[in-house]
Amino acid sequence: MIAYTLKRILYVTPVALGVSLVCFLLVHLAPGDPLTAVMPIDATAEQQAEMRALYGFDKPLPVQYGIWLWKVLQGDLGTSIASGRPVALEVGRAVGNSLILAAVATLIGFTFGTLFGFVAGYFRNSMVDKLASAVSVLGVSVPHYWLGMVLVIIFSAHLGWLPPTGAGPDGSGSWQPDAEHLRYLILPALTMSAIPMGIIARTVRALVAEILSQDFVQALRAKGLGEWGVFKHVVRNAAPTALAVMGLQLGYLLGGSILIETVFAWPGTGFLLNAAIFQRDLPLLQGTILVLAMFFVVLNLVVDVLQTLLDPRIQRS
Amino acid sequence: MKRLVLQAALAAGVATALVQPAAAQGVLRIGMTASDIPLTTGQTDNGGEGQRFLGYTVYDSLINWDLSSDTKPSDLTPGLATSWGVDPNDPSKKRWLFKLREGVKFHDGSEFTANAVVWNLDKLLKSDSPQFDQRQSAQGKSRIPSVASYEVVDRYTVAITTKSPDATLPYQLAWIMFSSPAQWEKLGKSWEAVAKNPSGTGPWKLTAFVPRERAELVPNKDYWDKARVPKLDKLVLMPLPEANARVAALRSGQVDWIEAPAPDAVPSLKSAGFQIVTNAYPHNWTWHLSRAEGSPWNDIRVRKAANLAIDREGMKELLAGLMIPAEGFMPPGHQWFGNPTFKLKYDPEAAKALLKEAGYGPDKPLTTKILISPSGSGQMQPLPMNEMLQQNLAEVGIKIDFEVVEWNQLINIWRAGANDPSSRGATGMNYSYFIQDPFTGFIRHLQCDLKPPAGTNWGLYCDKEMDELFTKVRNTFDPAEQTAVLQKVHEKYVDEALFLMVTHDVNARAMSPKVKGFVQAKNWFQDFSSITMSK
Repeated sequence: MIAYTLKRILYVTPVALGVSLVCFLLVHLAPGDPLTAVMPIDATAEQQAEMRALYGFDKPLPVQYGIWLWKVLQGDLGTSIASGRPVALEVGRAVGNSLILAAVATLIGFTFGTLFGFVAGYFRNSMVDKLASAVSVLGVSVPHYWLGMVLVIIFSAHLGWLPPTGAGPDGSGSWQPDAEHLRYLILPALTMSAIPMGIIARTVRALVAEILSQDFVQALRAKGLGEWGVFKHVVRNAAPTALAVMGLQLGYLLGGSILIETVFAWPGTGFLLNAAIFQRDLPLLQGTILVLAMFFVVLNLVVDVLQTLLDPRIQRS
Repeated sequence: MKRLVLQAALAAGVATALVQPAAAQGVLRIGMTASDIPLTTGQTDNGGEGQRFLGYTVYDSLINWDLSSDTKPSDLTPGLATSWGVDPNDPSKKRWLFKLREGVKFHDGSEFTANAVVWNLDKLLKSDSPQFDQRQSAQGKSRIPSVASYEVVDRYTVAITTKSPDATLPYQLAWIMFSSPAQWEKLGKSWEAVAKNPSGTGPWKLTAFVPRERAELVPNKDYWDKARVPKLDKLVLMPLPEANARVAALRSGQVDWIEAPAPDAVPSLKSAGFQIVTNAYPHNWTWHLSRAEGSPWNDIRVRKAANLAIDREGMKELLAGLMIPAEGFMPPGHQWFGNPTFKLKYDPEAAKALLKEAGYGPDKPLTTKILISPSGSGQMQPLPMNEMLQQNLAEVGIKIDFEVVEWNQLINIWRAGANDPSSRGATGMNYSYFIQDPFTGFIRHLQCDLKPPAGTNWGLYCDKEMDELFTKVRNTFDPAEQTAVLQKVHEKYVDEALFLMVTHDVNARAMSPKVKGFVQAKNWFQDFSSITMSK
């Protein structure tokens, strides 16, 4: 087990290097000058050159990459061009906020997703199955920013029950899990949970259906095991895959929430990325993408290791 | 059991949250379009919006903008300087003297003196001074291109010398904000520390600041201009870059005021009882025409035809009324408008006749390419608006192909010039302009020696008569006489149809009916001092 874990960690190194290279190149491929958005429109060419040199944009790309990587290895993600604050600080704050949102959304998504999935899979082709499937297909298909806006229109604009934007009455600076802050979390978390709920429900449904058709289930029933006992076996067999899907979804939610965080002005990584993209804030963009990508890599590693714990067959293979 | 307790606590929490009272009276919460709190150290970023919310609130300039009226044009007014003018003993007319207001205090209690003026100019212009701040310099240096040197004359007098005689210096200086040297010293000479705890001389003090989320300002009760001491208890600024999020925040009562509501949200906001406040201000939305060799716009008849072919009233309908149809380059009623003879009316027949005269017709249509952007600061609703122009122009025989480029890229092309390969052979560019002072309003677009890369005369226009007028603007030191010259400039802009003059934005903002006493000046900047919140 330890050897397997070490091997997996070793595999992560080239992946991480590749990720860093892609992060760096991607933002440089996009058109537009990183300094355009932060300097007054009439800034002279000389002034622009000064700023370009200050941020090192006048050096060849491979050199820029080398310098950047060296600093990243030392924990320095650079300074945001637009805000002047250290990228690590900006990303750290945003990741914290996104984690709160993603964790709650995953929890909602996983709970309802597995519930719908199991019910649908267990009672295949019944009305319950159709209903649960319809809900999960809707969750996957509905554009989440649209869903977010609809929820805002209903619960904020019309009913006035929940705040539509922000992370708390005084911003996220003093965030704590109290009722006042949770109110701000409800709408974005619900919106965000729609997709993982749909995906997990569909996966679990297929999985349960497949497991139920296997011989061992028939054998269990033939041996006289009660339905509850069979159910436990099915859960045990479905858990590793469901967990893997949830891990991936958590990763997606951490980084893929630009639209939701922008719609709800939730000060997480998505909101930060949106600002960084529009301002061509390259250091911030690179730093945020890198941190998110590394999250994904680490999350995959954790899920892989957890999976082998739950299902020894994986390690053996 | 534990779960039950938790559920009960949650339910109780939600219940209390639902019946929470509205924010305390006297607090105004504004949703801005910026995605971050603008720079707080003095020289703000985020363009006009930054200066509006964290420039003229926390700080003052030597010369401020008069923001007290919503009917008369907004002009310069004494700020930290009580009077200014060219030094009568200097025949070169390059040395200016500024008499400073006595007894003005920064928020930290230190006094504003001539030393503070020089210290602040060094902060922007002198890269080896200890207080030099690259971030503020990047924002401020290009605003005062004429400044060559400056010195303390006495405790309350400063001399500023320009590179060449330049009567537009007061407009340039209106951009420059003065931060407290004592505060910077006290906070360990760190601008990062000052950003969290800034000290200016303005009517508002910044008291709380969460990056990218909110800034809180309270009145400076000791402000030198008693008429501008804020009446509110607190002003809260929140960045809400997404237009729908702003509207939702307003409708749910999370904010009381939003900047730039989307035009399609305006009717429903109005019917829900919100106020939509608009006014003319020095902004325009044009097609900047190329005058490079081979451009069809070199023919005045074509330029005039295009200006007569567009249905500005129709466009106003498209934008739910949130625009002022152009009658010239400056908004109607502006102090520099003058009396142009060419009237910008909708007359397709006259346009067709002019085109025919210029040699175009159904058998020989005029086809050309225009650069546009899908979005951008001040660009209003560029796609539907440009499509409408395309249709209008097609009706008189001008066939337009669009080259759509992203906004930041368009800015770069604008800096590069019409004959640069990046302009891709386009003969025009849809660009909206900040036109608040003589330089940004007129000179930068059309002065011969400001062709790129020296400046932003994108269309490469060069005209001896116009250049002479610009020189005269810079050399006319009497404000009234200078205004008369600027009117002549504007008349030439319009009579020669130098741009496709389409519309002016109206700086729309939507606010709760509780917001009282706001006077929307005809300016990019606004004063929040007169506002109160009713119950």
